[in-house]
Amino acid sequence: MPIFIDRRLNPKDKSLGNRQRFLRRAREELKRSIRDQIRSGRIADVDAEHAVPMPERGTTEPSFNDNKASGNRQHILPGNRHFAPGDLIPKPGQGSGARAPGNKVSEDDFRFVLSREEVLELFFEDLELPDLVKLNLKEIHAFKPRRAGFAATGSPTNISVGRTMRNSHGRRIALRRPKQQELDAIIQEIATLESEPAGAATRQRIATLREELERLERRRRRIAFVDPVDIRFNRFDARPIPNANAVMFCLMDVSGSMGEREKDLAKRFFVLLHLFLKRRYERTEIVFIRHTHEAHEVDEDTFFYNTQSGGTIVSTALDEMHRIIGERYPAAEWNIYAAQASDGDNFATDSERCIKFLDGKLMRLCQYFAYVEIIDEREAHIFRATENGTSLWRAYSTVEAKWPNFQMSRIATPADIYPVFRRLFARQPAVRKSA
Amino acid sequence: MARQANKPGLLFSGSDWDFGKLSRAYEAIEALAIEELHLDIYPVQMEIISSQQMLDAYSSVGMPLMYRHWSFGKHFLYQDLLYRKGGRGLAYELVINSNPCIVYLMEENTMALQALVTAHAALGHNHFFKNNHLFRQWTDAGAILSYLDFAKSYITRCEERHGLAAVEAILDAAHALMEQGVFRYRRPPKLSSERQREGLRERLEYEERSYNDLWRTLPSAQESKKADGVDARMAERKKSLNLPEENLLYFLEKNSLILEPWQREIVRIVRIIAQYFYPQRQTQVMNEGCATFVHYTLMNMLFDRDRISEGAMLEILRNHSNVISQPAYDDPRFSGINPYALGLDMMQDIQRMSIEPTAEDRDWFPDIAGHGNWREVLLEAWANHRDESFIRQYLSPSLIRKWRLFVLADGADKPHFEVASIHNERGYDKIRAALANSYDIGANRPDIQVIDVDLLGDRQLRLQHRVKDGIVLDEGSRDSTLRHVRNLWGYEVSLVAVDAQTGTVIHERSTSQIAE
Repeated sequence: MPIFIDRRLNPKDKSLGNRQRFLRRAREELKRSIRDQIRSGRIADVDAEHAVPMPERGTTEPSFNDNKASGNRQHILPGNRHFAPGDLIPKPGQGSGARAPGNKVSEDDFRFVLSREEVLELFFEDLELPDLVKLNLKEIHAFKPRRAGFAATGSPTNISVGRTMRNSHGRRIALRRPKQQELDAIIQEIATLESEPAGAATRQRIATLREELERLERRRRRIAFVDPVDIRFNRFDARPIPNANAVMFCLMDVSGSMGEREKDLAKRFFVLLHLFLKRRYERTEIVFIRHTHEAHEVDEDTFFYNTQSGGTIVSTALDEMHRIIGERYPAAEWNIYAAQASDGDNFATDSERCIKFLDGKLMRLCQYFAYVEIIDEREAHIFRATENGTSLWRAYSTVEAKWPNFQMSRIATPADIYPVFRRLFARQPAVRKSA
Repeated sequence: MARQANKPGLLFSGSDWDFGKLSRAYEAIEALAIEELHLDIYPVQMEIISSQQMLDAYSSVGMPLMYRHWSFGKHFLYQDLLYRKGGRGLAYELVINSNPCIVYLMEENTMALQALVTAHAALGHNHFFKNNHLFRQWTDAGAILSYLDFAKSYITRCEERHGLAAVEAILDAAHALMEQGVFRYRRPPKLSSERQREGLRERLEYEERSYNDLWRTLPSAQESKKADGVDARMAERKKSLNLPEENLLYFLEKNSLILEPWQREIVRIVRIIAQYFYPQRQTQVMNEGCATFVHYTLMNMLFDRDRISEGAMLEILRNHSNVISQPAYDDPRFSGINPYALGLDMMQDIQRMSIEPTAEDRDWFPDIAGHGNWREVLLEAWANHRDESFIRQYLSPSLIRKWRLFVLADGADKPHFEVASIHNERGYDKIRAALANSYDIGANRPDIQVIDVDLLGDRQLRLQHRVKDGIVLDEGSRDSTLRHVRNLWGYEVSLVAVDAQTGTVIHERSTSQIAE
């Protein structure tokens, strides 16, 4: 008799530790491919699995191997049909063996899938997010158990007594389990008969009654009052906590001064806000508004990749946003978030209009308005220290002073992005409680 | 089908398996194997696993317990990809040379397959592991699982104490040298001091007995040797380090100048695992052939005795013929010689020769042709051979004709392959020798040995690669492997390639020439 062990019950993912070690080793290259994918992909797709090519550096396993293109060797092959000793066969192409170099996928050349967590981990790396925030973003949904009928299995604490007793009652009727009253009646009758003077007929009657009583009692023992088949449990469904809808407005200046680097930083800024919103709201929509001296709502591709020439009038974008909110996203039903990225250039007199517009209309509607000004890395240390800056910066500073839900920052590297959102993430616990 | 299911003798019916059926099938198969084939096996432990767990086992070199390393993660990703894309099916079973013999069965298998796999792995492989001399000599089936357990926890402890990066660096380097980390030959055991004295006494006695005054008149050999004192010093040095040494990992473990004790222990773990697998790599054809022969014979016996239904037998035969298919060299599916097919055919050939030999067989194999008891012949072959010697000994002309084997000579500098031998009278011996050589791992893997190290001088470790037939090392992987050797040794390492026939130096490469 062999020993049988059912290993299917063992914990899964035995090789997870190896996978983590591998990912750590290939981290730099993986980060680069994720960054490339984020740069070229859609904002909403960041939050998903990604297939990446196997990195080359650092993941080869060398050993002493023969050079296939040197020396004399012999191949022993089956299936000779027409060769005779001494026949010469031209070598196929550059290949060096009769075993024609197969076009099999080499072990070092394939794509594999990174899970959502791993992608986010790599994405977060330069952003310098606090751990708590990372955890928050990676968490999927909050669930709440909800009653959803009954189940035949469950934990004892969830037994539904009412339903169980109902089943038991039905079964007892169906199987004709003798009732207590019936037994009582027979016992009663026996007692009365026994108290009477004994005659042959009475004795006969008592005997049949006792037999009947015994039969009934046996039957009662056999048919349980509550049988395991009666038991029902309350069933609970994990339902995601209902969240309201959110809309995220991405505003960006696309005039010529916004180059490749600026757009890449802006994209990360938008991605981060989107990740955050997606975590908190069941439904998140994104509206892309780009502007030069006039603003348009566009799709994501156009937003990031099409250039448009023209001057810069920021208030047109705010105007457009206001119009869209009025048309499609009534503030009572939607949580409105806005993220604006710009290099700070603006038409001189327009900044005043922006202040008025934000102050008077938009900030009232928005949950949060984040503005980033993308500056040159070389200027970073100059600008950080001073309140001076572009006209838009100075104008927005007054808004920031007045509205607590307005955040602004100058960013030169990815690490600068997070502080813009700091307040947003800090408010998280309060929101969770209300949910 | 329903009628068949009711037949009393059947071991199972239907395609679903359960533990009762598995156990019944195992017992019937085991009884038959011991009674009819005289197999001798370790007790069996069958484990049911899922496809995910099979992939896990694949990526950690087929062992149930393994330390953690990134390369296993990489292999897992690769296997997983192939499996998911349908590029490769998973094995139906996996068997581990341990006592008790552990057999993994995939949960997806049908009952007929489980029976087939039981006969194949739990009896065929199991018998081979227990009886083949290579395994008996080099592996300790009873201890391997607890050793792996130790290895895993030891390396985990090292990771905790010294950090992942430090452990990984040692493992990377040791893995690169796994091929060169095995002993191919056993050394004579060290004599006890009693035996040494005994030997000395015997020699003195012999000298006394054979004393002849005439020897005194010969000039002494001492004087001529004095001249090359440098050579003598070098010989002394080599002797003290037991050089040349073919087992690089062993040498580094014992003599490295920079390794800490825990690092030596890790190198040792990798070396012992490499050594454990070495017999398996030398007996692929025999091991699979033995298992395939056993399952084929046993399943047919069971069918003949009405223990297996026709439907199940058809399924078994279908899988069997998939496993042993051998496409011809020009078939797009051809990927080398299938060890299952070659092993099974050779063993069935031996069976045929011992029962009904032809005149040719009597010429070639006087010992076994018409022997009559094929069981005995096979048991003997399974116990005493490895692939190379098995083929050299038993590959018959009739099988060479059946396979239509031929030899292609391939010179790197020539534009053509040349057909060297085919299946004719003149070719049989040559094909047999060539095929046997191609299974000789010792001769096919690069022969790299430690030849010298000057511990009092510059501490340079000198390796020598003996180049056979002009086959040199691949340069890219050679350089990165040498870098790993240096990491373990601590000082400069050089590799000199020497032609095995002429002894001329082909080239020399030192780690100081390799850019970081």
